[in-house]
Amino acid sequence: MPDCIELICIVCPVGCELRVTVQGDDIVVAGNKCPKGEQYAVHEVVSPVRFVQSTVRLLGSKTERRLPVKTDKPVPKDKVLQVAAAIRRLTCRVPVHLGEVIAENIEGLEVNVVATKTVTA
Amino acid sequence: MTVAVVGGGPAGMAAAISAKKAGALKVVLIERAERLGGVLPQCIHSGFGLSYFGQDLTGPEFAELLGREVEAIGVEVWLQSMVTEAYPDRSLLISRAEGISLLKPDAVIFAVGARERPRGAIAIPGSRPAGIYTAGTAQYMTNIQGYEVGKRIFILGSGDIGLIMARRFTLEGAKVEAVAELMPFPGGLSRNVQQCLKDFGIPLLLSHSVIEVMGRERVEAVKVAKIENGMPVAGTEKVYEVDTLVLSVGLLPEVELLRQMGLTILPYTNSVTVNQFFETEIPHVYVVGNGAGIWDLVDHVVVSASTAGAASVANWGVERSEAFVEPCRDVRLVIPQRILLGADEPPVLWFRAGKPLSVSKVTLLRGTEVLASRGYLSLRPAEMATFPLRKEHYEKLKPGDRLTLCVSEVGSDA
Ligand SMILES: Cc1cc2nc3c(=O)[nH]c(=O)nc-3n(C[C@H](O)[C@H](O)[C@H](O)COP(=O)(O)OP(=O)(O)OC[C@H]3O[C@@H](n4cnc5c(N)ncnc54)[C@H](O)[C@@H]3O)c2cc1C
Ligand code: SF4
Repeated sequence: MPDCIELICIVCPVGCELRVTVQGDDIVVAGNKCPKGEQYAVHEVVSPVRFVQSTVRLLGSKTERRLPVKTDKPVPKDKVLQVAAAIRRLTCRVPVHLGEVIAENIEGLEVNVVATKTVTA
Repeated sequence: MTVAVVGGGPAGMAAAISAKKAGALKVVLIERAERLGGVLPQCIHSGFGLSYFGQDLTGPEFAELLGREVEAIGVEVWLQSMVTEAYPDRSLLISRAEGISLLKPDAVIFAVGARERPRGAIAIPGSRPAGIYTAGTAQYMTNIQGYEVGKRIFILGSGDIGLIMARRFTLEGAKVEAVAELMPFPGGLSRNVQQCLKDFGIPLLLSHSVIEVMGRERVEAVKVAKIENGMPVAGTEKVYEVDTLVLSVGLLPEVELLRQMGLTILPYTNSVTVNQFFETEIPHVYVVGNGAGIWDLVDHVVVSASTAGAASVANWGVERSEAFVEPCRDVRLVIPQRILLGADEPPVLWFRAGKPLSVSKVTLLRGTEVLASRGYLSLRPAEMATFPLRKEHYEKLKPGDRLTLCVSEVGSDA
């Protein structure tokens, strides 16, 4: 039985509904209106990745309780929940600046968690 | 000359920056909160700024970068300052820590954003237990206050905020049972359906709604059914045991101040009419961003607000002639609704389709005469599309012309 996966192409606003059939090493994409959709689908099936955004507890600020953060590189899709859980355990103290690394090499994935906001007091 | 911008969200910041760039001597940006940014600080997900900054930013990053531009260019920012009244002569009553002041600028740009449709706007039978939130409130609680909204969650409405929150709750360790949408198509952007629901296996129930909320003190369960012709279909009911119901049922432009100025509210944008420079029927009074109609992307908000900012310092003279545009058939809304004639550049019309359409033709009609038309590969209600008018078509417009913007599906997907 070939695996059939349904995806929405997010490369451009047309948003084609793609049907991807995987049979052994063969990946067949249907429903794409242009070649970019095929590339996207193959990538999504072989090694899908996602950026993760979340918040961490912020200490020492008079105005903010949470600091928004994101991964600086995408992580494998099947690691997203694990990374989110690891981020939930982080805390950070003011001052902190936009782009500052909050945690290095999260879950050993060679991806850093960085602040997406400056909070100085 | 002085330009006052009311509201310091992305629309207000962009308008203030461009007014300053266009040569306004003094630009005052009036914001009631303690900080600029509007709703962006609570939108911690990415997807902002792809066209304006050329990078995929989160809401807080977008707000911070735009805020730096506001500061660098010398906009005067008044925080914790709220415009409580606006008069037809453009004067504004402003309540500040220092007291109440009256400002009469040469131009006013309203960038006051939108509010969520209140919970009462959708009638669900059952008791009113705790544990029912609008999506924006749930987002604020989660991302700004750091509270846990619920452990098992049902989301009603598939607007973008609801979809974003489905993922957010999941990342925070909660379980989102499903998202129900009354319409037969999703309300939010495709990328959000894919990355916020499909990625986590959260079911999207189209043509479904919550027909009953159960629980006395706290939500204990919701009853969901398929809806046809506005009625639940017998035998399709299903009960989901959840402790929280989140409503993502849309935004309404904030129009109180505009109404005070005596402007009329259009039913289909829930805001006032504007021309291509986002000027209202009162000269030198502009409305931009979600206050002018609900936009899909912050980048579009910023582009449109910049148009108004630049226009606010220009002198259009007193002799104005205009043509009028209305949506028809499957076009749900069109901005602007008035086209000022004789401007240097032809206008861009922004519109939203009323239902998902594949290959389509959009036509601008004067009566039955086709003035201009364009083809589109696909149109979705969740997305704002543009219809740029060509110069030769713009020049054909006559004062008082009544135009309609119509869409028709050309047919096959080929
Ligand atoms: C939950 C959510 C998720 C979103 N996700 C995305 C996304 O992924 N990508 C994207 O591109 N866009 C997204 N958007 C859309 C984008 O955030 C909005 O289009 C944009 O914020 C609208 O900007 P605005 O300036 O019109 O309104 P707002 O951001 O609402 O700002 C209005 C400002 O006006 C102030 N104000 C109001 N009344 C007064 C008054 N009387 N006096 C003084 N100040 C006043 C308010 O305090 C506020 O700061 C999202 C929106 C929401 C709500
Ligand atoms: S397949 Fe091509 S046309 Fe379709 S959404 Fe993807 S990039 Fe756009």
